[in-house]
Amino acid sequence: MLPEQFCHAVFSRLFGADAVIKVDGIHKSFGRVHAVRGISFDAPDGKITGLLGPNGAGKSTTLRILYTVLKPDEGRASIDGNDVVESSLAARRCTGALPHGAGLYPHLTARENIAYYATLCGIERKDIDRRVDSIIDLLEIRDFAERRTKGFSQGQRTKVALARSLVHDPQNVILDEPTNGLDVMATRSLRELILKLRDAGRCILFSSHVMQEVAALCDDIVIIADGQVAIDDSADGIRKQTKCEDLEDAFVAAIQMVTPQ
Amino acid sequence: MIRVLFTVFAKEVLDNFRDRRTLASALLMGPLFGPILFAFVINLSIERSLSDVEKTLDVPVIGAEHAPNLVRYLESNNLKIVAGPESREAAIDAVKTGLHDIVVLIPETFGEQLAESMPAKVELISDRANTTADRDSRRVRRALYAYNQELAAIRLSARGISPLVLRPLNIDDIDVSTPSGRSGILLGMMSYFFIFAMLMGGMYLAIDTTAGERERGSLEPLLALPVTRDKLILGKIIATCLFMALSLILSLTSFYFALNFMPLEQLGMTPNFGPEVVVAAFFLLAPFILLGAAVMTLVASFTKSYKEAQTWLSVVLLAPTLPILVVSLLTLRPRLEFMFIPSLSQHLLLIDMVKNEPINVTHVLISVTSTLLFGGLLTWLCARLYRREGLLG
Repeated sequence: MLPEQFCHAVFSRLFGADAVIKVDGIHKSFGRVHAVRGISFDAPDGKITGLLGPNGAGKSTTLRILYTVLKPDEGRASIDGNDVVESSLAARRCTGALPHGAGLYPHLTARENIAYYATLCGIERKDIDRRVDSIIDLLEIRDFAERRTKGFSQGQRTKVALARSLVHDPQNVILDEPTNGLDVMATRSLRELILKLRDAGRCILFSSHVMQEVAALCDDIVIIADGQVAIDDSADGIRKQTKCEDLEDAFVAAIQMVTPQ
Repeated sequence: MIRVLFTVFAKEVLDNFRDRRTLASALLMGPLFGPILFAFVINLSIERSLSDVEKTLDVPVIGAEHAPNLVRYLESNNLKIVAGPESREAAIDAVKTGLHDIVVLIPETFGEQLAESMPAKVELISDRANTTADRDSRRVRRALYAYNQELAAIRLSARGISPLVLRPLNIDDIDVSTPSGRSGILLGMMSYFFIFAMLMGGMYLAIDTTAGERERGSLEPLLALPVTRDKLILGKIIATCLFMALSLILSLTSFYFALNFMPLEQLGMTPNFGPEVVVAAFFLLAPFILLGAAVMTLVASFTKSYKEAQTWLSVVLLAPTLPILVVSLLTLRPRLEFMFIPSLSQHLLLIDMVKNEPINVTHVLISVTSTLLFGGLLTWLCARLYRREGLLG
């Protein structure tokens, strides 16, 4: 455990501040489109939080604000106490982000792709090989680690991209629709990996538009529609609130709570 | 700071070196294709202009029997008289269709008029709009004028008058251009070849690190790393600079060798382009590298896709010609003000160098400083724009 993480753990215990990703009333517009209209939620350590919502609900924009490539027009967001605008570098340092449709460098091997990020993240030169090897083992990508990524399958690409964003051992992991375009086997192994990361005590925030996937994986579900939070609860909590036994019905009911008919 | 810069730089260099096809077009097309084409064109034109004087030219003549002396005179001028078309109309048709470049028509009355000291009519049928035929018809015309002069001189002598009466002016054309100076005219365009090759060498990398990276989807995860964007863009620009420098070195060397294969001495030109000039030219042109890399990166970072970036950058490739073109058309001499304009200052100084004329140190200093300043300013602008959200498209 890094000293930073140790301090954080102690700090959390002492003050009960266990929510490490905090989003507080953020707004974001692109021209006339008001994509995010006051979204707030917390994502705690050791739990998987799912952002669920139809296409265009504002999930990606919210995540992009969290991994600091966009700035919110209003509201605040912080990761491990680092404001994503004011101390964006510190926020990025403790976050691993897998953007939607993340691409690799086709002329570099999978290992080189990962090592590039490792070096950029400031990992000591002597530790890089060891670090890259351990992440290759964690994601079980050794079979194709030495091959150039040109012509990789979608599943292989996603795994390498994920390995790349986890190489600096971030406490917080943000995944934007990671299972998009993956087949059953690849989805399943990705799911296992996410669970593994949670059990290691990390804070995981991921987005999806598939209710079943989120229900199977997440401890907390934040349903977003039309740039607002419809419900923020566990799967059972959502069933209760919407009075729907079937999760898909619950999802639709939740969306209708905020979307004008 | 340095480590991140170097990491980005090293990765972009490795990436570009692995992309064989792009590398070939960047490092072969620009630096080698240009000089080879240049050498080829020059060789061709030299061969043509040299061989034309020596070559015997066939001249179709109608009615050669009416002017045996004229025919003899023409033949002594390396013109071979051949039988022409049947009639005047046939001759006009033959010239129109391009069968003959020129036909000389000597009417029956020629001998009679000549004997009476009347102007004897000779018809020259040619197509002046046909530029390739013009050179040959000029030779025939020149020979006829010379014969005309000769006859006039003989006639005056026969009447006891000095033929010098016909030459009230003695015009002497003194060409002060040195052999190196004359090369300057021909090789003036080569400075653009170098700038072009330089830009070509870095173009693909400039696109790849901006529009390409965005199109591939690798930009967003990169920006999510705990690294400031300034360092990323700077590392990318430096990598682009490296390839531009490589391309420049290659094109200078290839030009050096290409010039050895050009029979320029036969045209009275000896360009001053030895190894030391090649090295000097590199340092003269090198400041343009940063400027070029920054401009290309800047333009490419505004485009939405790889293809769009290519389209826009081909415009950028042409931009450095603009000041050169204006100055060449107006035939302006190097002036202090021109040294502030990148590409133009390099062009003018390079020409002076090739002409083996003294180099003005102030001019060189201004050229280098102003080009570097422009480059620095644009690099700063690149970094500024790299921070904007719109970068993600």
